[in-house]
Amino acid sequence: MNGGVLLEAARRDGRLALSAGGMWTAERAGELEGLIEGVIARHQRGAGADIDMARVERLDTFGAWLLERLVRGLAAAGGEARVVGLPDHYRGLVRQAEEANRLGPTPTRAYPFAAAFAAVGRNVGEIGRDMAAMAGMLGALVAAAGRTALRPGTFRFTSMVHQIDRMGWRAVPIVLLITFLIGGILAQQGLFHFRQFGADLYVVDMIGILVLREVAVLMVAIMVAGRSGSSCTAELGAMTMREEIDALRTMGLDPIDVLVLPRVLALAVALPCLTFLGAMAALYGAELMCWLYGGMSPEVFLGRLREAIGLNDFAVGLIKAPFMGLIIGVIAAVQGLAVEGSAESLGRKTTDSVVKSIFVVILLDGLLAMFFAAIGM
Amino acid sequence: MTQAGSNVVVRVRGLEVGFGGVPVLAGLSLDVMRGEILGVVGASGAGKSVLMRTIIGLVQRRAGSIEVDGIDPAAAPQGIRRAVERRWGVLFQHGALFSSLTVRQNVQFPMRENLRLSRRLLDEIALAKLGMVGLPPDVCDKHPSELSGGMTKRVALARALALEPSIVFLDEPTSGLDPIGAAEFDELIRTLQRTLGLTVFMVTHDLDSLHAVCDRIAVLGEGRVITEGSIETMLASEHPWVKSYFRGKRARLAARAA
Repeated sequence: MNGGVLLEAARRDGRLALSAGGMWTAERAGELEGLIEGVIARHQRGAGADIDMARVERLDTFGAWLLERLVRGLAAAGGEARVVGLPDHYRGLVRQAEEANRLGPTPTRAYPFAAAFAAVGRNVGEIGRDMAAMAGMLGALVAAAGRTALRPGTFRFTSMVHQIDRMGWRAVPIVLLITFLIGGILAQQGLFHFRQFGADLYVVDMIGILVLREVAVLMVAIMVAGRSGSSCTAELGAMTMREEIDALRTMGLDPIDVLVLPRVLALAVALPCLTFLGAMAALYGAELMCWLYGGMSPEVFLGRLREAIGLNDFAVGLIKAPFMGLIIGVIAAVQGLAVEGSAESLGRKTTDSVVKSIFVVILLDGLLAMFFAAIGM
Repeated sequence: MTQAGSNVVVRVRGLEVGFGGVPVLAGLSLDVMRGEILGVVGASGAGKSVLMRTIIGLVQRRAGSIEVDGIDPAAAPQGIRRAVERRWGVLFQHGALFSSLTVRQNVQFPMRENLRLSRRLLDEIALAKLGMVGLPPDVCDKHPSELSGGMTKRVALARALALEPSIVFLDEPTSGLDPIGAAEFDELIRTLQRTLGLTVFMVTHDLDSLHAVCDRIAVLGEGRVITEGSIETMLASEHPWVKSYFRGKRARLAARAA
């Protein structure tokens, strides 16, 4: 069925005689395009041409368009081209093709050098817009909290408890496991190096201060950003895409009140709890490591720990935690509500949410460390 | 393909489909003739979309046979099944355009995957197809989220037609369009069916579409085809559901308009 020559060229009375045959269909379109371009390239300027379509077995849109392209190509080379012998039932199709691609979309000129600068400019602009959006969200949350404080009945307590369950309670196993391992690893490294100075015992000081002030809260915040921040963005994003957010607005409800506030508060409650559990697990890991690897008995470890750390070290970690939760929630909400119509945009915003919240969490940790150092805590 | 009754493109016999314990289609038989526009109607939940999705292989059947040009795609080996699948184009109810691709890329996608074509030809064909469904060239770099409902359906139709199918399945093509847009879309389906020689299987609720474009109508109910035939047959039917559907208040208005 695929037999038959697609296009044959001959000269007759100073005119080009083209004879088409076989299947002028999508399957043969690539081949056909090559033949047609060849005919147009070899065509003598000014000579007329006849295209005999009588032996074509089948013609579809691809074939009809290529015929039209052949006619236009020959016409552009100066001669007029006539289509003869076209079966009647293909006339409609060919007429359709004649109207196609008359005015293509205006070609946009590419400036690769300028485009590189434009990308930098856009990114800088985006950083500014991101900061404004975060500030805006923070403001909206404060306003929502104010409204809710005036009318406590409207607060979505059930929703918040549900979110605490999802973002806090269900994160406990993984948080415990990872902080336990980190505690053990820090202790092992400390023991290995401190032993060279005979300062084994100071490992406990280092672990205690490091874990309580920084490691527990940072690890927990990063894990929660990856685990719950992303799911929060994806949830809000899918709701934006399916116009659920708009539906809420039309019912006179503020999505910030209904969706964002419970999530952000849940994160602000869950993070200190997880930080506390994480710190305990890390200290436990360190203690086990000191005992099994360093030969330091648990009594010695605990005794030294009691001397090395104060309530302030413990408090610093826990004071930082709710702010981390707040910032993770704010970023997740900003990104989630910024999702546009496409699936790709949802994916990009979810990634943005995780990357940005981890960055901001670390930045905030640094700023708070400076603050606590300044007030002598 | 010279068997008896080669005018039948899709032959469905004794089809049974169910979800869990609930049967949706029970012993349904239906023929789709070459070159016709078949309208499938039925109450919500009667299994119109399920029938369509079963024919195109998205839903598993429990019993019965489905033949497309004499081949049962579900039983055929991979290569033959793909060849059969290339013979049909599907317009989903909500368009199902790929949201991360532009309109042009959406239309080009099936061609890119199945044919070896130059970039220039791909662009030209995509524009030609968009022109055929009545869209201006400047939509081609838009994303699906920027399109109106009617435009989405047109782009989806252009994509369904990308590989020159001989059968087109349309799931509620005019739902969500205003009456003028719906009438235009009906007209478009009619024109394309004539120019391209298509066979059209159309699930619809739209009485205007049934009057304006369908050659034959099949009414689904109780898991099978209650009645089939031309619009005149429908109007003459005494089956209570068919009667209330085609001779109800809204139906009279549609009939007067047509």
